[in-house]
Amino acid sequence: MSAPESADSIAGHTARSLGMVSCHECGLLVRADPEGGLACPRCHVRLHSRKIDSLSRCWALLLAAAVLYVPANVFPIMTTTYFGAAQSDTIMSGVIYLMQTEWPLAVIVFTASVMVPLVKLFVLAYLAWSVRVGSTSNPGDRTRLFRVIDAIGRWSMVDIYVVTILVALVRVQALANVHAEIGAVFFGAVVVTTILAAQAFDPRLIWDSAEAAQARKEARASAEAGGLPNGNLA
Amino acid sequence: MSEEFVACHDCDLVHRIPVGQEGRSGRCIRCGGVLFNEKRNSVERTLALAVAGAVLFVVANVFPFLSFDMQGRVTETTLLSGVRELWNQDMGSISFLVLITAVVAPGMQLLLLLYILVPAHLGRAPHQLSLCLRLLRRFEAWSMMEVFLIGIFVALVKLGDLADIVPGPAIFSFAILILVLAGAAATFDRRGLWRLVPVSA
Repeated sequence: MSAPESADSIAGHTARSLGMVSCHECGLLVRADPEGGLACPRCHVRLHSRKIDSLSRCWALLLAAAVLYVPANVFPIMTTTYFGAAQSDTIMSGVIYLMQTEWPLAVIVFTASVMVPLVKLFVLAYLAWSVRVGSTSNPGDRTRLFRVIDAIGRWSMVDIYVVTILVALVRVQALANVHAEIGAVFFGAVVVTTILAAQAFDPRLIWDSAEAAQARKEARASAEAGGLPNGNLA
Repeated sequence: MSEEFVACHDCDLVHRIPVGQEGRSGRCIRCGGVLFNEKRNSVERTLALAVAGAVLFVVANVFPFLSFDMQGRVTETTLLSGVRELWNQDMGSISFLVLITAVVAPGMQLLLLLYILVPAHLGRAPHQLSLCLRLLRRFEAWSMMEVFLIGIFVALVKLGDLADIVPGPAIFSFAILILVLAGAAATFDRRGLWRLVPVSA
């Protein structure tokens, strides 16, 4: 694999500032129709410069995930019956059990099931907030942060798969069996909603809001330097 | 050398990139997002991996990946038996989620790759290529086989002191399939295939 090299940009312009739209499906760069409502000439999907209602969809899904996170951790995800003795396990008690036997796996499961959904919630909320307030600090780092968050979400599925495997494997009628419990349903819903929340977030908004805030700051500075009689600007 | 203009997917900055320069890749100068990645013989390499992946996928689904031996009573599990048992326990939503992420999405991913790459290798544009490329991206996002493999390891440890757990032939297919899928994703040149779709005036 050859080392990635930078392609030259057109003097640092965004497609939007050039009056163009990049198709979200096929990547074709198309001159935007001032009326809006243009279809991509290559793949025929409706073009839009930014994901539609990105921030409100992201907030709604984050809120849903945060609410679902509570029952996902409080309720048991499965019940194991072994020679007549039933034992219910939550996500956390499963981690504690693993810690006593194979601690490296306990670390993996704790990270994937407990940390990843929480970190995703907080980081996406931070990113959406930073766009809302027009933060200008390190848009590059925030974009990279988004890429990491987007990539790790799938690993939370581990516990759902463990339940699936145990349910299929341990079914020796009265002697031993495993039942999936309601906590697993909530947990699956958390995983899906956080993945959808990451998909709803448009990282280009990070750059839009940083540029807009920068432009406001410069306009204010030049207004002050020009000595315009407007005290409200300061 | 031909060129085209593309905007960075993550920050919208427009770049001029080379077209048809195998072995070259480029990242956005502002945010580091991948702009293009043209692998040498991308179609042939991805096709080879997709064929291998399809065979492994069938093996991984037909044969059991774990057997559970408790006092001579043996239960075996395949991917689909897990989905079926969850369904029987009235866990339809979880059953559906596992079916999509561990069976349907990776299976469709491999099928679509074969459907797109066989004609592309023969120098023809596949029928309905635009639709297939769009579908492929959807299925890729929900295909989570590598996570399932970790799930198998965790299940192995949890059951270790309950009974004898014997890894089945499918477990090895799983492990190799994950490497093959990752390789196919790395050699696949999406932008190059989109260029086969005509742009209407």
